[in-house]
Amino acid sequence: MSPRLALFVPLIVFVVVAPFLWLALDRDPNELPSARIGEPFPAFSLPSLKHPEKLLNTADMRGQVALVNVWATWCYACRIEHAMLNELALEGVKIIGLNYKDNRQEATRWLNQLGDPYAFSIFDAQGSLGLDLGVYGAPETYLLDAEGIVQYRRVGVLDQRSWQREFAERYQLLVSGDVD
Amino acid sequence: MQWARPIGNRSGRGVIISPELGHVALIIALCLALLQSSIPLLGSYLGVQRWMRLAHSLAIGHLVFVGIAFGCLVTAFMLDDFSLRYVVDNSNRSLPTHFKFSAVWSAHEGSLLLWALVLAAWGAGVAIFSRSLPLVFSARALSVLAMIAVGFGLFMLLTSNPFERTLPFPPENGSDLNPLLQDIGLIIHPPMLYMGYVGLSVPFAFAIAALLGGQFDSAWARWCRPWINVAWVFLTLGITLGSWWAYYELGWGGWWFWDPVENASFMPWLVATALMHSVAATEKRGVFRSWTLLLAIFAFSLSLLGTFLVRSGVLTSVHAFASDPERGLFILIFLSLVIGASLLLFALRGPAMNSKSAYTGAAREVMILTNNFILVAAMAMILIGTLYPLVADALQLGKISVGPPYFNFFFVPLSLVLMACLGIAASSRWRHTAVDVVAIRALIPMVLSLLLGALLPIPLGIWFSAAEYSIIAALTLAAVFWVVIMSLQDVRLKAQSVPLTRLPAGYWGMLCAHCGLALCALGVGLSSAYDSQRDMRMELGDVVEVAGYTFEFSGLNETQESNYRATRGLIAVSQGGRPIATLTPEKRHYQSGGQVMTEAAIDAGLTRDLFVALGEPLSGNSWAIRVQVKPFVRCIWLGGLMMGIGGLIAVADKRYRRRKKIPSMKRNRLVEPALEVFK
Repeated sequence: MSPRLALFVPLIVFVVVAPFLWLALDRDPNELPSARIGEPFPAFSLPSLKHPEKLLNTADMRGQVALVNVWATWCYACRIEHAMLNELALEGVKIIGLNYKDNRQEATRWLNQLGDPYAFSIFDAQGSLGLDLGVYGAPETYLLDAEGIVQYRRVGVLDQRSWQREFAERYQLLVSGDVD
Repeated sequence: MQWARPIGNRSGRGVIISPELGHVALIIALCLALLQSSIPLLGSYLGVQRWMRLAHSLAIGHLVFVGIAFGCLVTAFMLDDFSLRYVVDNSNRSLPTHFKFSAVWSAHEGSLLLWALVLAAWGAGVAIFSRSLPLVFSARALSVLAMIAVGFGLFMLLTSNPFERTLPFPPENGSDLNPLLQDIGLIIHPPMLYMGYVGLSVPFAFAIAALLGGQFDSAWARWCRPWINVAWVFLTLGITLGSWWAYYELGWGGWWFWDPVENASFMPWLVATALMHSVAATEKRGVFRSWTLLLAIFAFSLSLLGTFLVRSGVLTSVHAFASDPERGLFILIFLSLVIGASLLLFALRGPAMNSKSAYTGAAREVMILTNNFILVAAMAMILIGTLYPLVADALQLGKISVGPPYFNFFFVPLSLVLMACLGIAASSRWRHTAVDVVAIRALIPMVLSLLLGALLPIPLGIWFSAAEYSIIAALTLAAVFWVVIMSLQDVRLKAQSVPLTRLPAGYWGMLCAHCGLALCALGVGLSSAYDSQRDMRMELGDVVEVAGYTFEFSGLNETQESNYRATRGLIAVSQGGRPIATLTPEKRHYQSGGQVMTEAAIDAGLTRDLFVALGEPLSGNSWAIRVQVKPFVRCIWLGGLMMGIGGLIAVADKRYRRRKKIPSMKRNRLVEPALEVFK
């Protein structure tokens, strides 16, 4: 390549990369529609975090409206979210943990230290369930109805504001639907 | 109409008008920037001296008006003017005064105003200190800076006006500042970081002015160097402060998380570091000219990209407290214009690369090239790790998250290689350094550092009760000693020919910064190797031993501060029966937002930090408590500080001021358009 043409290389690289940033704009990670919405929670068979001998599967996800929260000890936003989850659990919201690509010992220690808002946590060390679910990263929160159908998904920290805005109404609707 | 009475008290006596003043000042500033971006540039092509000279006064006028706008926003916060939406969202009557001040830049609109203020300050700085530069050059550089200011001014006024009102019914009180941000670290960390980010706009503007004028000689490189150094110093200190803030404020003892926003500040730093080195070669030897220009463009582009990533919400991050896709679109367009236009200019007018090398062996040029290669590779891998989720998503390759393991996997070996090269680089000379001479010189330091690296982990392991011999510690120590010993040896060699007092400040600055890097690496390596951590349930009176220190949970009390209630634990620490400290970690409940914050207590020391954080209350009188002993963790920030000081020493070098004594700057005629040389 002639030296003069070499000067065009940075420009060409930029022209190739820039559209991806533009595409990313339309895909706000906090409101990523999941391909899973309206579909049942993917089938899986994984151990429970606290009871390694106990295997969990999709049947455990049914029966009650629940949140599925993807978390990990390496995820530093999860720690900020944790107080909110504790609060929701106190209010009686059923939260199922999906411990994603994590270390069992550290995850257990985390729950002992910060409190355990989860009805149970699925231990997904390889991230296989996360892959099936289309997990983008931790933290993520899914809203499941009593039949275990994914109704809503949020990527990112769940705080008071996003709960009020995105979840509270949907959750109430599903819960009252259950009663009918 | 009343000047200084907040409306919030519902006295019904009027609205203070300072926000309107601020708004008007912003518009005037934008107009001045528009003039500054066009008239001097036009003048430089038409050869009208008066138009070019206008750039200097316009730059100062711009600073004055952005300063007024900023002052108005500060006033609004101080007076609890809840007729401003931005104040309502980020302040509260009970917030302590110093936090009301820092709340000004705690969210999107205010940070942008701070960005604009810092940019205006750098512009005014260039206007003041560039009087000795050729007028054509400084006028063009100032015009380029003003173009950036126009972009940000429009962005602020069109999408994120901090002076938006909540009239006619302002709320009684605000919703308070995010408790995470109520901290001394936040008062200084963002301004520092912004000074660095935005400071990179100066070498960028100089690069564009050079491309427009066709001058890329040693003189140009010498003009750039102090600006690059100062921006780099601020960036270094800003990142260091940020890491320190995360360490003690986020409450669990980590100091770097490879979070997208941290990466966004780290990438420009890596490129700026590369730039700082390559521009030295351009100044001294006239080599790497196109590469230096490209780095200057990239350093600033990455700062803008950082702003885009943080503000557009395309990546999830705890830092992204406020994000909005529309704003993202604006920044993206702006980003594309800036990067696209400057790369196009570079492609059309950049200096053709020299294929013939004028340096051999282990010459300093070779070492600088190696340094640049490693730093840019590190930046590229961080950029890929940060953007890959976006790209993979767009290409429908599935959604993938990139975590710390990826970054550590690349970054740790790269840093070790960098330090290995750094040792040799310190004693290399320009143009030619024979490999065998270097090898002989390096032999003793190498043996010595390898020995120290291999042996020292043994006593360190005993000291911090580590279970096994740590390879990480051995590698770190070897690299650190290698850098320090080689640097000292170079001083000794130099002392044989020149008295030490005659060595230039630039040399001492380099030495200081390199040793700072070594110190930082020491902190990183040893704190990860010997970190001991225990999470446990403790009742009042319980005692636990961690790494030779005894921690006793000796008390618990409640306190009430102006805007939060805190539960405070008392932990008495002793070693071998000798009391060392009483730590008071807190759990804070903020009244306005109902948020709970963990405030860790730290006993800091050069060789170890004792870190205690209060977790959740468990049954009865027992609490979940995290105790950590972090050896040498303080060295990380001390090292960062030392690097910053090194940069400052280098700026003080007489060489950069010598030009004032040279009477005829007419020698730099090359910048006159008529004399542009192109093949």
